[in-house]
Amino acid sequence: MHVISEKLLGGKQGAVNLLILALLLFVIFPLWLDLFRLNLLGKYVTYAYVAVGLVLLWGNGGILSLGQGIFFGLGGYCMAMFLKLEASDPVSTKIQTTPGIPDFMDWNQITEIPFFWEPFKSLPLTLLLILLVPTFLALIIGFAMFKRRVGGVYFSIITQAIALILSILIVGQQGYTGGVNGITDLRTLLGWDIRTDGAKYLLYYINAGLLILCILLSRYILTSKFGMLLLAMRDKEERVRFSGYDVSNFKIFIFCIAAMISAVGGAMFTLQVGFMSPSFVGIVPSIEMVIFAAVGGRMSLIGAVYGTLLVNFGKTMFSETYPELWLFLMGGLFIAVVMFFPDGLAGVYDKYATRFNLAGRIAKVIQKISKKALKTVGEEA
Amino acid sequence: MSKLNRSQPLKKLSFLATAVAVLGITSAYAADYPTAKVNTTGLAVTDSTVTVGILHSATGTMAISETGSIQAEKLAIAQINALGGVLGRKIEVIQEDGASDWPTFAEKSKKLLENDKVAAVMGCWTSASRKAVLPVFEKDNGLLFYPTFYEGLEQSKNVFYTGQEATQQILAGLDWIAKEKKAKTFYLIGSDYIWPRTSMKIARKHIEQHLKGTVVGEEYVALGDTQFGSVINKIKLKKPDVIYAAVVGGSNVAWFKQLNAAGLDAKKQTMLTISVTEDEVLGIGGENLEGFYSAMKYFQSLKNPNNEAFVAEFKKAYGEASVIGDVTQAAYLGPWLWKAGVEKAGSFDVDKVAAALPGYEFTAAPEGYVKVDQNHHLWSKLRIGQWRKDGQADVVYESELIAPDPFPKGYQ
Amino acid sequence: MFGYTMTEIGSIVVMQGFAGLSLFSVLLLMALGLAIIFGQMGVINMAHGEFMTVGAYTTVFMSKVAVQYGWVGSYFMFAIITAFILAFFLGYLVEYLMIRHLYKRPLDTLLATWGLSLVMQQIFRSTFGAKEVSADLPEWLLGSFKPTPDIDIPINGVLVMGLSLIVTVSVYLYLYRSRGGLRIRATMQNRIMAGAVGINTKKVDRFTFALGCGIAGVAGAAFTTIASTGPTTGSLYIVDSFMVVVFGGAASLFGTIASAFGIAQAQSILQFFMTSSMGKVSTLMVIVVILMMRPEGLFASKVRK
Repeated sequence: MHVISEKLLGGKQGAVNLLILALLLFVIFPLWLDLFRLNLLGKYVTYAYVAVGLVLLWGNGGILSLGQGIFFGLGGYCMAMFLKLEASDPVSTKIQTTPGIPDFMDWNQITEIPFFWEPFKSLPLTLLLILLVPTFLALIIGFAMFKRRVGGVYFSIITQAIALILSILIVGQQGYTGGVNGITDLRTLLGWDIRTDGAKYLLYYINAGLLILCILLSRYILTSKFGMLLLAMRDKEERVRFSGYDVSNFKIFIFCIAAMISAVGGAMFTLQVGFMSPSFVGIVPSIEMVIFAAVGGRMSLIGAVYGTLLVNFGKTMFSETYPELWLFLMGGLFIAVVMFFPDGLAGVYDKYATRFNLAGRIAKVIQKISKKALKTVGEEA
Repeated sequence: MSKLNRSQPLKKLSFLATAVAVLGITSAYAADYPTAKVNTTGLAVTDSTVTVGILHSATGTMAISETGSIQAEKLAIAQINALGGVLGRKIEVIQEDGASDWPTFAEKSKKLLENDKVAAVMGCWTSASRKAVLPVFEKDNGLLFYPTFYEGLEQSKNVFYTGQEATQQILAGLDWIAKEKKAKTFYLIGSDYIWPRTSMKIARKHIEQHLKGTVVGEEYVALGDTQFGSVINKIKLKKPDVIYAAVVGGSNVAWFKQLNAAGLDAKKQTMLTISVTEDEVLGIGGENLEGFYSAMKYFQSLKNPNNEAFVAEFKKAYGEASVIGDVTQAAYLGPWLWKAGVEKAGSFDVDKVAAALPGYEFTAAPEGYVKVDQNHHLWSKLRIGQWRKDGQADVVYESELIAPDPFPKGYQ
Repeated sequence: MFGYTMTEIGSIVVMQGFAGLSLFSVLLLMALGLAIIFGQMGVINMAHGEFMTVGAYTTVFMSKVAVQYGWVGSYFMFAIITAFILAFFLGYLVEYLMIRHLYKRPLDTLLATWGLSLVMQQIFRSTFGAKEVSADLPEWLLGSFKPTPDIDIPINGVLVMGLSLIVTVSVYLYLYRSRGGLRIRATMQNRIMAGAVGINTKKVDRFTFALGCGIAGVAGAAFTTIASTGPTTGSLYIVDSFMVVVFGGAASLFGTIASAFGIAQAQSILQFFMTSSMGKVSTLMVIVVILMMRPEGLFASKVRK
């Protein structure tokens, strides 16, 4: 028991923080927000996967990838391809020249489903590919880069270039990918309508649950011996190498894990939002996701989640009221966080938390609140 | 529709008066239309107001194009309010920013429909943004007025398309240029996405099957590409009678500037484009466009009383330097058509408005007479404008009214 | 041959050769400032495109003034110089306020300059409006130069080529043939040692950063002749600039030149024989494949850490 609490939850403080997050996601938000806002929140939660991956990769590994959108996008596209095939049955597409294929293929004079779409007819295969395709790509990129000890800023720009190329490819090959429109109008998953209110709630819970799982997995990795090595490698790479470790393998591994977590987020995004578009693959979203992690705290798995939720919440609020100011604010936030709060919200929190033994106090408060909340839930049900 | 004919002798009156007379609604009082009766689906309608949404990009790359649409829609709404509103209710506007990002469009349309319960939305510009919001409108049963000329292949009970679909914009223009310039060879060039590709598919079929001409080249440039050196050389090698162009955005500016610099100006080369309106000319520069042709349903320089009044009002509201392009005018029609639909239906309910609007004839449009077809598109004319150095176009040709045909047989 | 006369084919070859060279000079001019800054301080300036936009808006603004006072024929040279000075000082300021605090964290500089680019874009939009604008170009910059009836050489292309040549040669002379350049190179190779022998490395950094931004300003001014000017124009250029720097292996002037040349020729030839967008994608694919085999770029000097 002790081992689990140390390894998975990160000690008392970690357990409390995780509990607060879970409470917020599973109880407080669903009670407080209406379905529309909750659905938005669900969308932000899918970005949080990428931020969690970045904490592993960037905060702890010192590797800044500006191409995490690639993996988020690939995961999302894999899911979208499955859903699109299901939505393109011959009956609902009978108006097309060739019924039974996705609408955008028909518009581009393609008459049969291309070979690389075939696997996406099966759900188990699709789920497998959601995990494997991005991980495999990360493996190739990681292998090419890290084995040659390419790192630092240079790695960042190359990942960025790859993100750019992938988005140009998707936009350019519109007959196969839906082009700039993306893959839209997704309806059902094995006959289950993902657009109904009930489905939205369920998807939200699955989404939040998977995020917590990813955080636990990440924490397990970070508290293991590997995590220690990762930190050591970030700070003194040469020393770790001279101690006889193959540094590049560590880097490849953590890059693949971060890619896989991002891909899960992408797939959940498609389910939650109902479409996928190349605007998540390119440079801009990839960098924005880095700032989510930076605002929350690049060293803190849970902080990154809060960072993501807060920035996106701010974006939505601000763009509803002052669209012109949003870019100023976002840019300013970027600069301010990087310059003055490199450890983000989590850094600020930790500073005060240790000073006032916040963990202990909050634990008590949470006990009270959770009792109340459970009561309320019981009454509502 | 008989009372609409009364508008014929009213040409000399000001635009607003015309609109009033045409719509025949000077004295609709809210009291005549109790809220409970005109709003049975829980829309944002009170005894004195009704809320509609405007959803365009105010930021991002598309803000260049969409700003004009926002202005036109707001102008129309202000004019309608000055006339007493719709069913005696003042229109209130909630404006959302799509930020040139399709997922944001989907998110904001959800907000407008589910949270704000707006009675109608004027919005979207690119096909991608429309495709992103379409499932939302269909699921939440919203009503969208979409202003841009687009590729067709779509017809939704929740959308009215106030711009032209592809065949309306393409066929008559090609016929004209083939006849006028005795053109036999065509070079097709467009940006690489769905609208140019579909448009060029239709253009190629028309050229080959009906005009008995040849397409000597078909070319797509990546969105945002600004280097046209090689493409221009290919065109020079092929020496087409006509270049038929649908390049958009930042690429469009580069395309015209470099074409001119390469010696292919209007004296040497005939070009018909379907992607240049007065808005684009600001960025391209009149000197780079002088003499080339655009095929659009509307030009700012159109001479008719409706348009003269509209242009004057627009300039009064947004400054003497502002220009009005095809889409801006189409966006201006949105609120007026919605008002007409609501009044004809006597209800704000989306289903009733959507059922009432087809068949409606709007004679006060700046472009002239338009009619709403059963397929939710507009009957409209096509005009060819030849650009002048000052950024305005001389209308050199005007077609008959063309029926909208979003799923054209023989062109797919 | 293929139904064309030899003269026609000859002219096309000449013009196509020129198109390739012209693309080369465009890419070089774009990437030069970025490469200098990266080579000197290991900092990628994500706001590079926005510094170009500063230059472009300067030109547009000056052209409007010139139209008012009737000196359209001659303002362009002044515009380029003004663009350089403006972008230079803006860069100087940015280095002073922001970059110098982040030298120990190069990755963070990348993020901070990205934030800066967002802010600058919004400033452009608030000041000049969301719509694209165009500079009124002098007559002598429009149209083409015709050595034979079949050949058209675009004058704006010649201008960009000339400028690119001047800027590159100046940078080369400055970096390798002047005392200032010596200081820059010394700082680049061994910062601590350079400081020890009395070079004010902070000043060198600030100057280099400002120089890179100034060159971006010149590039922006030059590009008003071939492309558009709008709040987000910078984002059209930044991508190509990156490709050139990455492919060239950064850090060396020669690498940047060679990479710009390679990409330009590949793209211009492929775009001639394929459709334009396929040409672009194929070029990018080739770059990626080469980068996968040689991730440190074609002419890397010291990427290893």
